[in-house]
Amino acid sequence: MPEAEFSPVKLALKGVTKSFGPHQVLKGIDMEIAAGEMVCLIGPSGSGKSTLLRCMNLLEPIDDGYVYLDGADISEPGLDLRLIRRRIGIVFQAFNLFPHMSAMDNVLLAPRRALRKSREEVMPDAEALFARFGLADHMNKFPDQLSGGQQQRVAVIRALAMRPEVMLFDEITSALDPELVEEVLDILRQLRADGMTMVLATHEMQFAREAADRVCFMDDGVIVEEGAPEAIFANPQRERTKAFLKGVLRRQV
Amino acid sequence: MFKTLSTVLLLTGALALPTAAFAQNECAAGKTIEEGMLTIATGNPAYYPWVIDDAPEAGKGFEAAVAYAVAERMGFANDAVKWVRTSFDEAIQPGAKNFDFNLQQYSITEEREKVVDFSNPYYSAAMAVLVRKPTMEAGASADLASLKKLKWGAVATTTALPVVMRIIEPESDPLLYDDTANVAEAMKAGQIDAGIFDLPTALYLSAVVLDDGVVLGQFAGDDAQKLDQFGLLMEDGSALKECVDGAIDSLTEDGTLAKIEAEWMQEATGVPVIK
Amino acid sequence: MNRRQRYEARQRRRSGLIATASTLIVLAAIYLLIPLAPGWERVKASFFNWDVFARTFPTLLEAFLLDIAIFLWSAPIIAVLGLLIALCRAVQSPALFPLRIFGALYVDIFRGIPVVLVIYLVGFGVPGLGLPRPWNSPYIWGTVALVLTYSPYVAEILRSGIESIHQSQRAAAISLGLSERDTMRYVILPQAIRRVVPANMNIFIALQKDVALLSFIGPVEILRQAGIFKSLLANFTPYVAAAVIFLAITIPATRYADYLMARERNARG
Repeated sequence: MPEAEFSPVKLALKGVTKSFGPHQVLKGIDMEIAAGEMVCLIGPSGSGKSTLLRCMNLLEPIDDGYVYLDGADISEPGLDLRLIRRRIGIVFQAFNLFPHMSAMDNVLLAPRRALRKSREEVMPDAEALFARFGLADHMNKFPDQLSGGQQQRVAVIRALAMRPEVMLFDEITSALDPELVEEVLDILRQLRADGMTMVLATHEMQFAREAADRVCFMDDGVIVEEGAPEAIFANPQRERTKAFLKGVLRRQV
Repeated sequence: MFKTLSTVLLLTGALALPTAAFAQNECAAGKTIEEGMLTIATGNPAYYPWVIDDAPEAGKGFEAAVAYAVAERMGFANDAVKWVRTSFDEAIQPGAKNFDFNLQQYSITEEREKVVDFSNPYYSAAMAVLVRKPTMEAGASADLASLKKLKWGAVATTTALPVVMRIIEPESDPLLYDDTANVAEAMKAGQIDAGIFDLPTALYLSAVVLDDGVVLGQFAGDDAQKLDQFGLLMEDGSALKECVDGAIDSLTEDGTLAKIEAEWMQEATGVPVIK
Repeated sequence: MNRRQRYEARQRRRSGLIATASTLIVLAAIYLLIPLAPGWERVKASFFNWDVFARTFPTLLEAFLLDIAIFLWSAPIIAVLGLLIALCRAVQSPALFPLRIFGALYVDIFRGIPVVLVIYLVGFGVPGLGLPRPWNSPYIWGTVALVLTYSPYVAEILRSGIESIHQSQRAAAISLGLSERDTMRYVILPQAIRRVVPANMNIFIALQKDVALLSFIGPVEILRQAGIFKSLLANFTPYVAAAVIFLAITIPATRYADYLMARERNARG
């Protein structure tokens, strides 16, 4: 496990707040994610995990506070975010594949249009990714011909094709049938081994315990507690953390 | 016996004259759509010189005057006459009518006779060609060879169309319209060069509707094909026809019709005949 | 066959027999009762005269070619303009706000005026300003009138199609670093257009019929030609013949639109 204190800070949040209308979802988030670190966000629904991830790649603009990527303020209002978004990839719970394109075209679209590369240039890398994640036979299939697990894996490949520096995962296994979850978690393990900086919102406690460098427990728009997985799972300090874990861990087999 | 007959006739005539203002003539009794009233229809709008100021009730204009004259002969005083309006096309459809007779320059034709009844003619109209000055200046003249080259427009359901198609035989297909106003509009827009109308209407359009209208020529009056006879239009099998014809014949014979024509229809002098 | 299949086969046979019997009864009733109406002979002679039908059909068919031609050159222009107006209404950036207003006004005005009025105003009015031939042709300005009145419908249908594409599609595209324009072009529009094809087909079928309104400003297409025959032959059968010709085009088109709608429903279900 990389030692967080010696790695440079890849992504940092300071005092980030976000409201949707009258409802304040993020109430001042401070976070630092080191390069190559895998951080898991856990917490009840409505705690703001999803919103936090979407603020990290500025899919949602933040109301107050700062987001820094490699030390540069990317949350400055009015910045051209296209360049920044290429550096941060995100995978969603509902896969969000483009249904009118094949898996391969889904993956190739952004590199071809946003990076202005030709089909021949980007094909080899894409094929390699498909092969690496066991989907070589499914490259030309359409999303509705793939299982949930396969679609999610294609979604990961699609995000990886842009060669991001950070990957965000918004509960990517929550919509999957249980037997399909493992194949997706496998990919996450591989990415982690590659040294990708990753932030995951997840309900997969076992996975978080085993794979994360750091776990953050969020509730009601704030980070209640954070630390090494063992610390959080075996020895939670705060009442809210304890209450949440009791409910969650009892259910998971 | 002859004496008795003539006495009877004299008496009837003597009685009829003063009572004409208060009672219908026998001939039209029970045959009008409204008892005691004569319902006459004309176009919407009704043009000069057929009706002045679109107000037939005033009796001004050739057709308005003819209408009131016919009404009077039939035994309807001016206040027993009611006016309604129909489009040109509407009246020549088969079916029941909401008027006793309709006059708006209806030419008597065989096809129309199949579905409506016409009275004896009350006017003979020459067909005339209307163009705009620029067209004339570009070389159009009153002979068929020149007319063939023009772009023609006509009101689709009038006798103008057969004249265009069979007599002129233009080189390019004519454009067809629902009414006179649209043909005039198309001429103003330069979409057509020429149109055919009865001579009085052509003169009206050239003087009033088009700024630069010119009546290029008229078709010779001696050719039966090219002369239109206007008749009063009635429902097919109308019981009133006999009465109406009687009125028109009487107006023709005693010269009243000619007087009305002289009063309302301008002399169409100076309009060349088309060769 | 198993027990359920036998039962269902029996049910199908029964309903087939009942359907056939009731249809035959209705047809027989129509066939026997309608001629009993007092005016039937006259109506038949006036509207369903086979002789007139046969005589006028070829000319009417030829006139219909003009309607088809007008449709074929109007429809693509309407499709393109409709798309442009829909995109005008979809812009977000404040600098392009006038486009949004223009789009909304355009749709409101031209959806609100009857086609025939626009045909008169544009077909006579614009050339009346003094355009030289051939630029003043009723074909050109009649087509402009059709485009002005039909593109708003296509625009609104496309706009609703675009809005029906879930936000998450845009979210995914934007997150990959695609520009708004590329997102619209490669992700949103292809899905939106596909989704609203059945609705648009309805509009284009209506267009094919409204092409006949150009007859008001001169062109001798099928409606006008039927009218001429009606006057010439004092018979309404030419209109019936024209209706038959229209149906020969619009019914297959309607069935095809239904087929597309069913396919769309099944694909998304």
